[in-house]
Amino acid sequence: MKQTITIDPVTRIEGHGKITIQLDEHGEVAGAHFHVTQLRGFEKFAEGRPFREMPGLMARICGICPVSHLVASAKACDELMAVRIPQTAITLRRILNLAQLVQSHALSVFYLSAPDLLLGMDADPNRRNLLGMLAVDPQLARNGVRLRQFGQQVIERLAGKRIHPNWVVAGGVSDPLTEVARDAILADIPEVKRIAQQALAWFIPLIDRFRDEIAVFANFPTMYLGLINPDGSLEHYEGILRIVGWKGAHVIDINPNDYMDTIGEAVEDHSYLKSPFFKPVGYPGGIYRVGPLARCNMATRAGTPLADAGLREYQSLSWEERQSSFYFHYARLIEILYGIEKIEELLNTRSILDKHVQALANVNASEGIGVSEAPRGTLLHHYRVDDNGLITWANLIIATGHNNLAMDRGVLQVAQRYVNGNHIEEGMLNRVEAVIRTFDPCLSCSTHAIGQMPLVIDLVDDGGTLLERVQRG
Amino acid sequence: MSSVKTLKINGKDVSARTDDTILQVIREHDIFLPTLCHIEGLSAVGACRLCLVEINGSSKLRSACVTQVEEGMEVVTDNERLQKYRRMILEMLFVEGNHVCAVCVANGYCELQWLAERLGVDHTRLIYLHPDKHVDASHYRYAIDHNRCILCARCVRVCGEIEGAHTWDVAGRGINAHVVTDLNTSWDSSPTCTECGKCVQVCPTGALFKKSRAIGEMAKDNHFLPYLKTMREVNKNDR
Repeated sequence: MKQTITIDPVTRIEGHGKITIQLDEHGEVAGAHFHVTQLRGFEKFAEGRPFREMPGLMARICGICPVSHLVASAKACDELMAVRIPQTAITLRRILNLAQLVQSHALSVFYLSAPDLLLGMDADPNRRNLLGMLAVDPQLARNGVRLRQFGQQVIERLAGKRIHPNWVVAGGVSDPLTEVARDAILADIPEVKRIAQQALAWFIPLIDRFRDEIAVFANFPTMYLGLINPDGSLEHYEGILRIVGWKGAHVIDINPNDYMDTIGEAVEDHSYLKSPFFKPVGYPGGIYRVGPLARCNMATRAGTPLADAGLREYQSLSWEERQSSFYFHYARLIEILYGIEKIEELLNTRSILDKHVQALANVNASEGIGVSEAPRGTLLHHYRVDDNGLITWANLIIATGHNNLAMDRGVLQVAQRYVNGNHIEEGMLNRVEAVIRTFDPCLSCSTHAIGQMPLVIDLVDDGGTLLERVQRG
Repeated sequence: MSSVKTLKINGKDVSARTDDTILQVIREHDIFLPTLCHIEGLSAVGACRLCLVEINGSSKLRSACVTQVEEGMEVVTDNERLQKYRRMILEMLFVEGNHVCAVCVANGYCELQWLAERLGVDHTRLIYLHPDKHVDASHYRYAIDHNRCILCARCVRVCGEIEGAHTWDVAGRGINAHVVTDLNTSWDSSPTCTECGKCVQVCPTGALFKKSRAIGEMAKDNHFLPYLKTMREVNKNDR
């Protein structure tokens, strides 16, 4: 008898999604899909709005990563103005973007995934949360909170508030950095750098504990897409948009203006999230991944001393092993360290307190494309405007979208390993969710309270009869 | 005839000049009374109805901005009934436009937003109409977003009474009323606009704004108005 298992909603991710697992008559997994069940529509309701409104408007896409949208949107708006923005504004935007990277990665690793890593995939779901972590390893939980706090404080010190700041504007940023804010951030750096090193040291020994999961957590070869510096170091604001193949070969550098020739967006019936693919290879063969795993697999070095060492150690793993999406967690911890070091470096640049931080101009181009690296991967904002600067068309490709094909395949891979239709255990379904969590998908602007999300897993036959129910919350 | 009148406001005896409006007396005594269409330096029109007050002996509410004081008048500026009406007026203003404070150029500088906060309007009981309104960004410096216009007509008055250009006017009726430049031309083709920007500075919301401003950057400065009004009257008397 064919059956379908539905995991709805997927917990400890940002946004609303569900997973379905189809079982054949022998109870074996025949298929699985990751569904994004919400519809936003930002591209449509941006039409008719003045382009200067776009950074702030687009930031509302997300409460976790508003800064990422601010940055990509403002870069697209810079192009609409056809200006070269002040160097200090670029540096300040970079710092803000890195602070966002640190806080978002800390949220993903410590709040959302560490409960599984520390307490185990089969632990009691009521304990498998930050509070459960506090009971077992309070220092680890506190470290996670502190790293996130640091990132959020940098955002607040630069931009005035932590969520949805309006500081990043078309042409630069609205206000220069104050000496007080710079010194306050710099004073925190030694402590958080130490914590980031501890976090990396905590994670590495875990690898052996999760060999079984590593083998099936979206572990397959894909291409990788991301920004990278010409010297091969990590880059999150500018740089070259590059797609690489097996072992970093078959490099293709993409001109962002031609992204439509390179990246296609397929639409599947089972999800509101589009499935971008690499056009020259076709669909669905043109599967690629973005985000920390992609960046750390593509880069030849990080670009800061401690993160360089961390990346070297990570890359001592074979390329084949690094295809597992489980290593997203590892890459995130390297990037947290990189982010902290880079913020320190940028804050110490000579012109950081310069008052010239915004270029003023009206609309001078009818089309603008902004690309940046969000915590979850490459983010692209593309706008067209009329002669008066009102948006006539917008297209966004967000990081989670790029990873959609890989997440969908990853769900199938892990379900085939762990799910047996004759009996459902919460822990095996948690692994199906956990593979999604490695990607840290941001499906909307909301995040769910950890461990509190009610979860009902129904095992039903193809006639709709309920065979078994596992309930949480 | 005496040039001074005495009246009570909220039970307190006050004196006023004969030609004072109730609102002028209220403001002189630092009593809070919400207004949106009124602005010091321009004529009063009683359009927004937020300054409605109760007057003894009358069952009708009166707009304080256009009602002159009378001897022995007893005025009540605040009670449950008045608060209810004022909140309802604000709710109607919100549902008749498309006001999204979070992404508004005047966020933090908007009189409609301030009053909503002050009067406790944190939601509306009415259905949002989501009207299809447009933005005229044809002018090279300024833009008007009709979604945020509350038809206070401050722009119409400042342009006619102070600048003397009379570029702005109100067209249409009822819920279809809207401000227009000249004979409903686009702003950039207005033959009368002097580009002075006074309309932008007196606009109580983010409807009129400088194009160079992003979200939350459009602080309004209309302190020039009483001065310009005085200068205009001095010039008139000299002639």
